[in-house]
Amino acid sequence: MEVLLAFVVGGLYAAAFYMLMRRSIVKLILGLGLLGHASNLLIFTIGRVSRGNPPVMAHGEDVLLPPYADPLPQAFILTAIVIGFGVQAFATILVKRAYQTVGTDDFDEMISTDRPA
Amino acid sequence: MNNLLVLPIVIPFVTGIILILLWKHRTLQRLLSVAGAVALLITGFVLLADVWANGIQVIQIGDWPAPFGITLVADLLTCIMVILGGLMVVSVSIYSLTNIDPERESFGYHPLLQILMMGISGSFMTGDLFNLYVWFEVMLISSFVLLALGGERDQLEGGIKYVILNLMSSGIFLAAVGTIYALEGTVNMADLAVQIRESSQPGIIQALAMMFLVAFGIKAAIFPLYFWLPSSYHTPPAAVSAIFAGLLTKVGVYTLIRVFTLMFVRDVAFTHNLILILAGFTMVSGVLGAATQNEFRRILSFHIISQIGYMIMGLGLYTPLALAGSVFYITHHIVVKTNLFLVSGVVHHLRGTYQLKKLGGIYQIYPMLGILFLIPAFSLAGVPPLSGFWAKFALIRAGLEIEQYWIVVAALAVSLMTLFSMTKIWAEVFWKADPIADSAAQENPSLVTIPYLILPIAGLALVTMIIGLLSEPFFVLALQAAEQLMNPMEYIQAVNPVVEGAL
Repeated sequence: MEVLLAFVVGGLYAAAFYMLMRRSIVKLILGLGLLGHASNLLIFTIGRVSRGNPPVMAHGEDVLLPPYADPLPQAFILTAIVIGFGVQAFATILVKRAYQTVGTDDFDEMISTDRPA
Repeated sequence: MNNLLVLPIVIPFVTGIILILLWKHRTLQRLLSVAGAVALLITGFVLLADVWANGIQVIQIGDWPAPFGITLVADLLTCIMVILGGLMVVSVSIYSLTNIDPERESFGYHPLLQILMMGISGSFMTGDLFNLYVWFEVMLISSFVLLALGGERDQLEGGIKYVILNLMSSGIFLAAVGTIYALEGTVNMADLAVQIRESSQPGIIQALAMMFLVAFGIKAAIFPLYFWLPSSYHTPPAAVSAIFAGLLTKVGVYTLIRVFTLMFVRDVAFTHNLILILAGFTMVSGVLGAATQNEFRRILSFHIISQIGYMIMGLGLYTPLALAGSVFYITHHIVVKTNLFLVSGVVHHLRGTYQLKKLGGIYQIYPMLGILFLIPAFSLAGVPPLSGFWAKFALIRAGLEIEQYWIVVAALAVSLMTLFSMTKIWAEVFWKADPIADSAAQENPSLVTIPYLILPIAGLALVTMIIGLLSEPFFVLALQAAEQLMNPMEYIQAVNPVVEGAL
C-alpha cells in the first residue's frame, strides 16, 4: 500500500509542478489544488498507513496498546484541507477577476508589474 | 504558565471580530482599529518587561504538557518582534485614516489589518511547527485580500504572482512538517530541537532543513526565491505596501532564525555557509535590481530584498555578535522601511504619481517632508549616527572577526549602492525642478492639513533617531536576544522542564 501511495504522491507532485509552470492562469489553480493533495497524501502515507487499528482503548484497558493508527497526521491533514479549501476559493476568484480585468489568461501577458516603468 | 502570552494573538483577533460586527460604522471602525493597534503595542512592552525580568515565558494551551499540546513561547526575540509589529500597526492604522479610501474601508480594510496582525503575532509566539503553518496561512490569506482589495489591474496582476508563489511555499512547508513528524514523532519545536540533535538519520534531517530553507526563503524573499516581491509590493495603496514591507518578509526571516538556531544546527558548516552565500547574492541582486528602477515604490521594494540579505548574513555567520547584529538590523529595518513607504505615499497623495520622472521640486515646497525622507533614507544606507549604521557596523565587525572577508566586502559595496539609490530618489523627487511647467497652478496643500499622514512618519523618524543616537540599550537587548538564540537550552527547558543536562 505504501509503495502505491508513494507513486501516487510522486505523480501528484509532478503533475502539480507541471501545471504550475504552464502559462494559463486556470492551470495554475489546478496546479495549486494538486500540490495541496500531494502534500496531504504525503503526510498521510508517511504517518504510517495501517488498517483496522483505531487508536481507541478497549473496555477495561488503562493504556492504549500497539498496534494503533496515529491520529495526529490525520488531524494535520484535516486542518490543511480546510485551509487549502479557503485559499483555493480565494485564488479562483482572484484568477477570474484578473482575467476579466486584464482580458487574457496568458501569464506571459501579465508583465506590467514586472517591467521597469 | 503565563496568560500574558495569549494577548498578542487575542487582542488583534477580538478587535478584528468587533470590527466585522461594526461593518457599517465607519467612524467607530477607524477609532477601534487604532485602539486595538495601541493595545497590541502596549502588550508587547509588558511582555518584554516580563521576559527581561523573569526569563523565557511559556504557556501550554489547554494545559496539555509539551510536547503534546500547542505551546506559545516568548523569548527576547519574540518580544522585540511583537513590539515592532505593534509599532508598525499603530503607525499604519493612523496613516490609513487618510490613505485608505472609503470604498476600501467599506469592504473590510480595518478588520483585515487586524487579522493580518493576528497571523503575524501568532507566527512570532508559537512554539509548534504545525501551529506555525496555521498562523502563516492566517497571515497569508489576509495579506492576499489586502493586496487585491480594490481590484485595480496592477493589484490583480501582482496579486496572482504573490498568491501562487506564497502558496507554493506553504505546500513545501506543509510537506516538510509532515515529514519531520513522521521522522521524530513531534512537531513541538523545543522537543524537535532535542530529537534532531540525537537523530540517527542526519541525511534526512539535512534534506528537511533545505525544505524549510526553501519554504521560509520564499516568504523572506531571499535569492533566488524573491520574484513575487518586486512584482506585487508596489501595487496596493501605500499603507498596505508599508505594513507588508515592514513585517511580512521579516516573519520569514524570524522563522529562518528560529529554526536555524534552535533545530537545524547539526551541520553548521554546510547549512549556515549556504545561508551566508545566499545572503551575499540576496544583497547584491536586490540592490542591482533597485538601480534599474525609476519608480519610487519599486526602488524601495528591491531594497527590501537587499536588506533581507543583511539580516540573514548575521544568521549565516552564526556568532553571538552576528546574531545580535541581525536582531538589531531587523529592528532598524522594520522601522525605516515602513517609514520610507509611508513617505512615498505622502508624495503620491500630493502629486498623484510614483514615477520619478514626473516628480520634482518637493523640497522647495515641503522642506519638512524632505527632511522626514532623509532620516530613514540615510539610515537605510547606513550613514552614522542613524540606526542603520550601528546595525551594519555590528554585522561587518562580526564578519571580520571570523574572517569572512568576501561577505564584508559585499555588505559594504551594497551599502554604497543603497546610498546611490536613496540619493537618486532624493535628487529626482525632492531636489530637481518640478517637470510640470505650470507648477504654480498646482495645488499645494499644507502638510498640516494631512496630520494622519505626517504624524506616523514623524514618529517613526523619531524612533530611528533614538535607536541611532541612544543605541546602547538597544544593542544590549539585541545581544541578550542573541545569547538566548545561541544557547537554546534555556528555550528547551522553559518549554519542557523534564529535559536535563547540556546539548
